[in-house]
Amino acid sequence: MQMYLQEVGALTMRWVRRLSRERFSMLFTLAQPMVFWLIFFGNLFQKTANTQVVQAPSYIAFLAAGVVVMTILNNGLAGGTDLLFDKENGFLERLMSTPISRTSVVISRFLFVMTITSGQVLVILGVAYLFGVHPVTGFGGVAVIILIGLLFGVGLIAISMALAFSVKSHGDFFSMLGFLSLPMIFLSTALVPLSAMPGWMAVLARLNPMTWAIDAVRPLILTGWAAAVKPLIIVVIVMVVFDAVCLWGAARAFRRTLG
Amino acid sequence: MGLTVGGPFAIEVTRLSKTYEGNVTASEDVSFQVSPGEVFGLLGPNGAGKTTTLRVLITVLRPSGGSARVLGMDVVKQATQVRQAIGYVPQERAIDRFLTGREHLQLLASLYHLPKDRAATRIEEVLKLVNLEHKADEVARNYSGGMKRKLDIACGLIPDPQVLFMDEPTLGLDVESRLKIWEHVRQLKARGITILLTSNYLDEADQLCDRIAIIDGGRVKAIGAPSELKSGLGGDVVTLTLAPTDLDKVEALAQALKAQTGIRAVSTKQNVLDIRVASPEQTLPAILTQVGAHRCRLEFVDYHRPRLDDVFLAHTGRKITED
Repeated sequence: MQMYLQEVGALTMRWVRRLSRERFSMLFTLAQPMVFWLIFFGNLFQKTANTQVVQAPSYIAFLAAGVVVMTILNNGLAGGTDLLFDKENGFLERLMSTPISRTSVVISRFLFVMTITSGQVLVILGVAYLFGVHPVTGFGGVAVIILIGLLFGVGLIAISMALAFSVKSHGDFFSMLGFLSLPMIFLSTALVPLSAMPGWMAVLARLNPMTWAIDAVRPLILTGWAAAVKPLIIVVIVMVVFDAVCLWGAARAFRRTLG
Repeated sequence: MGLTVGGPFAIEVTRLSKTYEGNVTASEDVSFQVSPGEVFGLLGPNGAGKTTTLRVLITVLRPSGGSARVLGMDVVKQATQVRQAIGYVPQERAIDRFLTGREHLQLLASLYHLPKDRAATRIEEVLKLVNLEHKADEVARNYSGGMKRKLDIACGLIPDPQVLFMDEPTLGLDVESRLKIWEHVRQLKARGITILLTSNYLDEADQLCDRIAIIDGGRVKAIGAPSELKSGLGGDVVTLTLAPTDLDKVEALAQALKAQTGIRAVSTKQNVLDIRVASPEQTLPAILTQVGAHRCRLEFVDYHRPRLDDVFLAHTGRKITED
C-alpha cells in the first residue's frame, strides 16, 4: 500500500510539475474558453432567450449550470491527451518497464484531471457570481456540484484514456474528441431546456448523461435543495451506470497497453 | 533484493515469436542466451524484430510463442520481479521536456520504490556517472540530443540494475556524442552489468559487443563474437576489378584461381572477382601471376579484412541499410 501511494504520488506530482511549467497554456486552454461561453454566449442571448422558457431569472443564470458541466466534459474528454503523447514518445513504455502497479498511471491521471476540473468549476461559478448568479444552496450546493463533476469525470476520463491508448495517431484522437464533444453539448440541456427543443433532439438529449448532470446542477444554483433532491438521486444512478460502462469499455484498452 | 538466479544465463530467449493483431509477424523464431557481464547486441535493419524482442524482455509485450527469462525469471509469469531487476533505456525522446533531469530521476526513483535518502544518493551517483550534474536542474527541453541520451541512460541506471536494456543507444546522435555513449557503455560493462542493446549500426556492434545476434525477417541468422563471425566467413577478401573489355576472360580466370593453394573461394559478379584467401601476403603474388597469364587488364585491386558488413551480407543476402 505504501509503495502504491509512493508511485501514484510521484506520477501525480509529475502532472502538477508539468502544469506549473505550462501556466500560460493552462490559463488559455482550460479556463478561458469556458469563461467566454458564460460571458459572451450568456450575454449575447440575454435578450433573445425567453425567461419563461428557460425558467430562470436570466439566461446567464440558466447557462451557468450548462457551462459548469461543459467544463467537466471538455476537461474529461481531453484527460487522456498527456498519456497519448507519453505513448507516442515512449515515456509510457519507460513507466511500464518499472515495477509499478499497472493501475497507478491511470489513477494519477484521474486524480490530477479531477482536481484541476474542480478548480475550473469554482472559477466558472466565481465568474457567474460576478454576473449576479448566486447559487441559492450556498457552499453546500457548490460542494455537491463538485461531487457531480467528479462522478461524471470518472467515465469521461476513462473514455479519453482508452481512446488515447487505442488510436493510431494523435490526429485521430483529436478529431474524435471534436466529433464527440459538440453533439454532446448541443444534445443536452446546456443551452436550452428540454421543453424548448425539437422533439427528436429532446429524445436524444434524454439519452445523454450530460443532460442529467446539468439537470442536477441547475436547481442547486437556481431553485434550492427541495427541487434538487429528485434530480440528484437520478444523476447518481445515471453516473454510476455511465462510469461502469465506460470503465468496463476502457478496461480492454488499459489491459492491452498497460499489461 | 534476494534474487535467486535460476540458470547460468542472464538472459535466455527460447523460440520466441510475436504476431501482432492483423497477423503481422514481427518475430518468428528467436533464440539466444546472454551470459552475466556480457554486452550482447541485436543487430538488424529496421523492422527485423529486434525491438519486438527487446520489448518482450522488458515485459511490456507478451510473446505469442516461446519463452524468455531474465536472471532466471520468466518475463510473463514473474514480470514484476523482472522489472525490479532490470533497467531500460528507450530510444531517444522518451523524455518529458517540461521536467528537469533531476525530476526525471526522482520520478524513476519513486517508481522503483527507493526510500527518500537512498533515492537522493542514487540520483547523485547516476548523475555523476553520466556527467550530467551541472545540467541536472535544467528543464529537459533545453538539452541537446547527447544530453537527452545521457539522461535516458541515467534513468535506466536508477534501480542499480543487474541487466540493462538499451534500444538503439546512439540513433541520431553526432559522432562526438556517440563516442561518449560508447564510453559509458564500456564503464557499465566494467561494473559487471549485463547489457543487451539493439543497433543497426555495424560499427557500434563491432566496437561494443562481446557477442551479437544478426536478426533479419524475425529470425536469428547468426550468433557469435564479431571476430568469430568475421573469421567464419573464411578469410580475408581480395577483390579484383577487371577492365570491362575482359568480361569474357572472367570465368577462365576464376577457374584457374580456384585451383591455387591458399585460395578458399572465388565468386564473380560481372567483371569483379571476390577471392577469399587464408593469407593475402602469400597468395597475392600468385593471384597477380594468374591475371597476367590470362592477359587480363586490372582496373582496381582491393584487399580488406572481413567487416561486419560482409558478415551481414553473407547471412542475410543484403546490406543492412537496404530496405
